[in-house]
Amino acid sequence: MSGLFAAISSAIGWVLSIIDPFCGPLGVFTWLAGGSLLACGDTGWGDEIAQGFLVTASLAIATLPLGLAMGFFVALAKRSAEPQLRLAANIYTTIFRGLPELLTLFIVYYGLQILVQQALAAIGYEGPIEINTFAAGMIALGVVFSAYCSEVLQSAFQAIPRGQYEAGAALGLRPGQTMRKIILPQLVRIALPGLGNLWMALLKDTALVSVIGLSDILRQTGIAARVTKQAFEFFGIACLLFLVLALISSIVFAAIERRFNRSEVRR
Amino acid sequence: MSHVTTLIPPSPPPPAEARPYTLQRFLGSVTLGIWLALSVGLFLTIVNGWDPEKFARYGPNFLSGLGVTLTLVGSSIVLGALLSLPIAAARMSNNKFASWAAYIYIYLFRGTPLITQLFLIYYGFGSFRPELEALGLWWFFRDAWNCALFAFVLNTAAYQAEILRGAINSVPRGQHEGAAALGLSKRIAFYRIILPQAMIVALRPYGNEIILMIKGSAIVAIVTVFDLMGETRRAFSRTFDYQMYLWAAVLYLMMVEILRNLWNWLEQRLTRHLKR
Repeated sequence: MSGLFAAISSAIGWVLSIIDPFCGPLGVFTWLAGGSLLACGDTGWGDEIAQGFLVTASLAIATLPLGLAMGFFVALAKRSAEPQLRLAANIYTTIFRGLPELLTLFIVYYGLQILVQQALAAIGYEGPIEINTFAAGMIALGVVFSAYCSEVLQSAFQAIPRGQYEAGAALGLRPGQTMRKIILPQLVRIALPGLGNLWMALLKDTALVSVIGLSDILRQTGIAARVTKQAFEFFGIACLLFLVLALISSIVFAAIERRFNRSEVRR
Repeated sequence: MSHVTTLIPPSPPPPAEARPYTLQRFLGSVTLGIWLALSVGLFLTIVNGWDPEKFARYGPNFLSGLGVTLTLVGSSIVLGALLSLPIAAARMSNNKFASWAAYIYIYLFRGTPLITQLFLIYYGFGSFRPELEALGLWWFFRDAWNCALFAFVLNTAAYQAEILRGAINSVPRGQHEGAAALGLSKRIAFYRIILPQAMIVALRPYGNEIILMIKGSAIVAIVTVFDLMGETRRAFSRTFDYQMYLWAAVLYLMMVEILRNLWNWLEQRLTRHLKR
């Protein structure tokens, strides 16, 4: 059985290496930068930077569902009839929208470290503890994203008339079903532009995790810049790669928006 | 024929229905309890770990860091506002070339993280040292504070140009036509009619931009500027006291909340003629 998994993973790896947009046979760096500092392999920084690109993209993509889910529940809490719940949700957004992302990252990173250390010390383990920087980055960025996301979703909720809920109740749907089948599809359509902006902000905020040592685009290009003393070129490439990410996301978002707005009347 | 012979005696209102104990209420109590516990914990750690010596040593540093942050943000917002005027004008002009150039500038600065722009300027311009020395500009780019200011001005100018453009475009066409019908010249119509209305629309985005700048300015700590974040990191690296970050968090939150409330008040005040 393990042989099968190994075979599958090696096959996936082979396919990925073929379609790798940076260092594959058709990759940008292979074609345009062979022999230069950006070459792939041991002679250049191409593969390291490609790795960083992958880390940045996967961090943003992994944070998105976490932040969206948390933001949705915080938005629900803000709309609740219960004043206590509303207050708690408002405190959450006030704190995490007001703190600089970098500070949130540090607080989560070092705070987690202290918490885990104390928890492990309580059960008798005394040793050095290393928090996974990817996880810390994911939590910090997810929390910030969810705080902004709850605001966007809350204003989208306000744009949906009460009649929609009443119609759902009149049809005999339970509250959960009303939410899933009637409210959510409209909510997504209304909130999509705002969520697109938040995604762009998230993408840019991922650059901060290089500070706590995750090897994303900025850290990899920074290392390359320090070693080769060609800072302008390498940080320029970092900017370009972020622009590529922004460009891809704007294309994807335009497609998603088209898809969700099919039902709108053309005027 | 029937008529009322007795009046219903006055009676107290029916008792208020007891609110059912719902899941939401439970969740609210729990989350509020968590916040309360956290704030009490924060208070206790501060009280327990209170060290007058540490406070005397790092308190003034924090204040000077706060000053650096406010100066940096204030000057970059003002200079960025000045720089955003020609960019917005170019973006809205009929000249295809100018419009495209401004669009590319805005896209470049809005599409990349501020921290990469800062690194590009601080570390990247360092590799052009001979050229910059020949131009006599090296003294400017040698200093991290200047580089941070330069990067922030360029960045916020792009955002502010977009805010300005959006606000001016949001003024309906009828206002232009009305001004023209009154025989006002284009210039006067712009300054007296279009701009005041646009500025009210732009007020909230400007406030958000300032808040974003305050939060974004924390990254200058990485390029050795000792703003609030930089002082915090320095104090933390010397004491390994987690409280330092919490202090910084409180200060940042206070700054942002004061600004937000000020802006809300300003908006209430400036739009009171639009209220019905």
